Amino acid sequence: MIRIENLSRQFEVGNQIVRALDDIDLEITKGEYISIMGVSGSGKSTLLNILGLLDTPTKGDYILSGINTSEMNDDEMAHIRSTKIGFVFQSFHLIPRLTAAENIEMPMVLAGIKPKDRQEKVEIALSHVSLNDRADHKPEQLSGGQRQRVAIARSIVMEPDVLLADEPTGNLDSTSGIEIVRLIEDLNKAGLTLILVTHDRKMGNRSDRLIRLLDGKIIKDDTK
Amino acid sequence: MRFYDLIFLALSTLIRYPLRTIMLLVATSIGVMAVILLTAVGEGARDYITGEFRDMGTNLIIVIPGKNETSGGGSPVDLAGVTPRDLTIEDAISLRKIDGVKNIAPIVIGETSAQFNGLERNVPIIGSTQSFLSVRKWEMETGMFLPGSTLERSPPVCVIGKEVEKELFGASNAIGQWLRLGDRRCRVTGIIGTEGRAVGIDVQKLVVIPVSLATALFNRPSLFRIAVEAENRLVSDQIIKDMKKILKKRHRGKEDFTVIRQDAVMASFDNIFNVLTMALGSIASISLFVAGILIMNVMLVAVSQRQSEIGLLKAIGAKNKQINQLFITEAILLSGSGAILGLILGHSITQVLKISFPTFNFLPPLWASYVSLIVALMSGVIFGLLPARRASKLDPVIALSGNK
Repeated sequence: MIRIENLSRQFEVGNQIVRALDDIDLEITKGEYISIMGVSGSGKSTLLNILGLLDTPTKGDYILSGINTSEMNDDEMAHIRSTKIGFVFQSFHLIPRLTAAENIEMPMVLAGIKPKDRQEKVEIALSHVSLNDRADHKPEQLSGGQRQRVAIARSIVMEPDVLLADEPTGNLDSTSGIEIVRLIEDLNKAGLTLILVTHDRKMGNRSDRLIRLLDGKIIKDDTK
Repeated sequence: MRFYDLIFLALSTLIRYPLRTIMLLVATSIGVMAVILLTAVGEGARDYITGEFRDMGTNLIIVIPGKNETSGGGSPVDLAGVTPRDLTIEDAISLRKIDGVKNIAPIVIGETSAQFNGLERNVPIIGSTQSFLSVRKWEMETGMFLPGSTLERSPPVCVIGKEVEKELFGASNAIGQWLRLGDRRCRVTGIIGTEGRAVGIDVQKLVVIPVSLATALFNRPSLFRIAVEAENRLVSDQIIKDMKKILKKRHRGKEDFTVIRQDAVMASFDNIFNVLTMALGSIASISLFVAGILIMNVMLVAVSQRQSEIGLLKAIGAKNKQINQLFITEAILLSGSGAILGLILGHSITQVLKISFPTFNFLPPLWASYVSLIVALMSGVIFGLLPARRASKLDPVIALSGNK
């Protein structure tokens, strides 16, 4: 489903070139549950951004569902993000002026889906995260765990192929964190490919496959 | 993205930041209001001036002594530097024979002291004939206007304005009394009822006397001008031709006078005030561009503040064009709502001004509303483009991290 070949990402910082990802190869099959771990600056977030088509590699190929994304323009990448990729961020990234239901609806609004169809999908997504009774609440009226559940509902509402989660429990207490992990693991069990970036060893060990990065290189790729 | 979703998202942003929205609405509405008020003043002035001329009758032809023209060195008269001949009562009499002339009113203007019963004040004097009443479309308060006597000679009578009556005669009845004007005396036959101004003079401060008495009083045979009322507008051109022919003949072949049509003067004033109104509107429109720049500045700040939201929208599938549309829609909604608010305020204030100053017709032209609305919307689009473009070009990774 995902194939990365000789992929590198370099940044220019002043006169220096920083190699965030250095010639990596990776293959991920549909329905996998992968954790990416590494110290700060190891390149895990850069890898996640490239996987999510938020960033483009300096060199190499990224093939998603058989499509080489290297040749895509901004609009084509936006379309892939809309239809095939779901994001969950550490800081939730909910739009504060919109209700939970409206936040969940947002990807469908951008995709131009009719309001009637959206309504139904929002209800399904809300029931997945058990927040039907909080549909009309603004983010400020929700707890951290509830906010992240809204973000998860938003990430799955377009029925993507892959869910990219960047430290999804980083801003939560341990109880809420466990709830969120279980929730996204349930989504994986239902067939969704799950790629998780985390610092948390315990969480990383829950995945089927653990990838460790150091200085932009994959130093470990273990499958249970 | 559907149109109503775009409007909903833009509106929700404007509602989310009420102070910012209100400030921008006020800025735009002041610009539009300025356009409406200034054009209302310009249009009101046009209406007032042309109204004044209209009151004098549109079939009026005026002869003024002298002519502004460049002359060559052909004629010995020109070389000798002879000044043009004055217009005289005889000139006015000569015009009587022209077909289609309804009234002729020779006019003499001067100022002298008026005395009655020990009270004295300087008064402006108009010397004319009975025709002056109909030419000027005046009405009498009481008594009679000047008698319909010959131009050359007339009885020593006068009509006075209400202020002259009040100042010199007080509570006593002015009609029938003898009023001293300079070294002459005249019997008051009537009080003028009309208010306003005639040839720049307040009618209520005026004394009108027969033209022959005025020439004798000021010891000056020349006329200020001759007002000729045509029977209708159709014959005006022919009358002007005949007048020029007769007066030229009387003035030894020189056209040392100017003939103007009242309606032509009115049209000129109309044009001048139209241009003035448009100029005022244009000046006021500058404030709309200032409001546009304010919108641009505030939206540029908003782009910085909303980086994380822009990043999120991109992450969940927003195309650059959609981000662009979102910001431009916000700018258009702001400028459009501000313009509508400005129109409501501008028109409301002109209504209040109309009630407060009933003699001056504050009349905002229809084009001012359309133009100010269009300029405000254009300013919203133009000045919304830069922030919108900046937002759409944001790198999603940088935007999501909230770093600049």
